[in-house]
Amino acid sequence: MLMAETLNLDATFSALADPTRRAILARLATGEATVMELAQPFEMTQPAISQHLKVLEEAGLIARRVDGAKRPRRLAKAGIEAMDRWLAMLRKALENNYDRLDQVLASMERPKIKRTKNRRGEKR
Amino acid sequence: MSKLTLKTEGDTHVVVTRRFAAPPEAVYRAHTDPKLIQKWLLGPEGWTMPVCINDARPGGKFRYEWTNGKGAGFHITGEILELEPYSRIVHVERMHLPDPTPDNHIETRFDANGTGTLMTMRMTLPDAQTRAAMLATGMERGMEASYVRLEGML
Repeated sequence: MLMAETLNLDATFSALADPTRRAILARLATGEATVMELAQPFEMTQPAISQHLKVLEEAGLIARRVDGAKRPRRLAKAGIEAMDRWLAMLRKALENNYDRLDQVLASMERPKIKRTKNRRGEKR
Repeated sequence: MSKLTLKTEGDTHVVVTRRFAAPPEAVYRAHTDPKLIQKWLLGPEGWTMPVCINDARPGGKFRYEWTNGKGAGFHITGEILELEPYSRIVHVERMHLPDPTPDNHIETRFDANGTGTLMTMRMTLPDAQTRAAMLATGMERGMEASYVRLEGML
């Protein structure tokens, strides 16, 4: 069980290591798509995209559905979690920045308080 | 308490909002004065911005260079399109990795909110694919920083 989980985690990480696969996941985050629709923005052949989809599928990040002749892909639970984590990373980087900005702003406020005091304290 | 929101909008936008306990004038200055920008626009822990050039006027250019002090680094260049002190900045930027990414068009608004400021940053990418790639780049850098940056936006 633990072994299986570890193997799956490895598959997840190597699946996510490729920028095209990350972009496919990001595309699927906006909704289900066919192989054709997924291939379109990448300037890649359909077989090349299918290979990426296979890796993502084996990692449990995406799932397919049968719809007549089509096999639309969607995010699987692990894929949704991966997207959540990754958007969260971006969010965390922004939070770090803005927490620092809070401190910068706090240090900018000081001269203003002094000026107010001066005005009240008729030092001019 | 989390003050930041980060959302995708439509196919090509990313919208970030954040409240600050300082008036719009101060927040605006912290976004346009290179000496102030250099103190906070740093991303993950351990990164610094040794080069921070910002010619804050319409048509002015800016260049930010980051390094992690261990040989990794990248830079952003951009142009300022519109400036409305102290309420609005419109600019375009691209990341050089080292090839330039497609332009990210960004409108940043600073609205008075009580005694503070509500900042709304609206990014517009050329297409859904570029937006996905940008978010994916964010992930990569996050992994490099080796700490988990968590919370979802979907």
